Amino acid sequence: MLAFHLIPYAVAAWLFLCGLYGIVTSGHLVHTVISLVVLQTSTYVLLLAVGFRWDAVAPVFADISPGVVTVDPIVQALMLTDVVVEATVVALLLAMVVKVHEKAGTLSPDDLRMMRG
Amino acid sequence: MNVKWRLGMFFIAGAFFLFFYLIAAKNLPPWGHYRGPYGDVISSLSVYQRHATDVVNAIDYDYRGFDTLGEEFILFTSIIGVMLLLRDPKLKGGAAESDEGLSKTVKVSAGGLFGITLIFGLYVCTHGQLTPGGGFQGGVIVATAFMLVYIAENLKRFKAIASHPLMEVLEALGAALYALVGVSALAVGLPFLTNWIPLGTTGDVLSSGTIAVISASVGLEVATGFILLSYTYLQDIVSGREE
Repeated sequence: MLAFHLIPYAVAAWLFLCGLYGIVTSGHLVHTVISLVVLQTSTYVLLLAVGFRWDAVAPVFADISPGVVTVDPIVQALMLTDVVVEATVVALLLAMVVKVHEKAGTLSPDDLRMMRG
Repeated sequence: MNVKWRLGMFFIAGAFFLFFYLIAAKNLPPWGHYRGPYGDVISSLSVYQRHATDVVNAIDYDYRGFDTLGEEFILFTSIIGVMLLLRDPKLKGGAAESDEGLSKTVKVSAGGLFGITLIFGLYVCTHGQLTPGGGFQGGVIVATAFMLVYIAENLKRFKAIASHPLMEVLEALGAALYALVGVSALAVGLPFLTNWIPLGTTGDVLSSGTIAVISASVGLEVATGFILLSYTYLQDIVSGREE
């Protein structure tokens, strides 16, 4: 029973470690950026899992009476803005990757001599 | 440091992380048994306090409005960053405008969807305080409508919309409006970002005071931001650069 209650937390950890593994072993900067997206997805799973509640409804009172038990709206609000912001930050990172390719002619982190101190 | 060393360090760090994470997760409330109390308090209060039926947006644009202001400026600066990095004055604008790869069917469908998508996006933007939606989601949908122009027409037509000076003005205005709503509370003698506009009737489109205004301003910012973002990338990729 304990294992069942750990499922979403385990999924979050799995996504986090997958993303981190991708970043650590990355041989291509676009791949690094996508790995970062995967890593960040783990926070969404974790947040939504924390606020989830069985037999509760979405926190929208347009058609339900106040006082009905809902899932936690705070964690949803936390991740809502982040989804859009993340997309633009990824766009910024990819723009940097484009520039790196222009300047260095390569996208493999191992070949980027100028990044070394 | 080669990949082998990096992997070794990853596995050591990953094992430590997993160990402590699972101990922490074990002490969290079991999945599906959220214990509150903050979520329940805010769920039961926001309809009375803010006349907003979508609690998530009431939190985003009011209760934690200051954080969202910061997040919106992350978005704003990221978009400016992309434009600064990719905008090349040497770029020959609109060189390749071939319509290859797009059949008439695709173009007609995209053109037909433009109006529907735009209206739907505006609807989501303006009804965030009542039903799921709001500026962030609606803004992206509105931007999608303009992306459909690119599919239905060509880059030239999309460029006429996206590179219009008004687009940048609107983007800045969207970001500024949020801050101005916050400052307007100071003008009437209340703390920053206080919801001072009359709250209206719960369930009306013009209810919930500043939440609706801020949601609309965020929608403007996100929509114009994403149009500029996609245009910057399209310009960089499609028009090609002259080496």
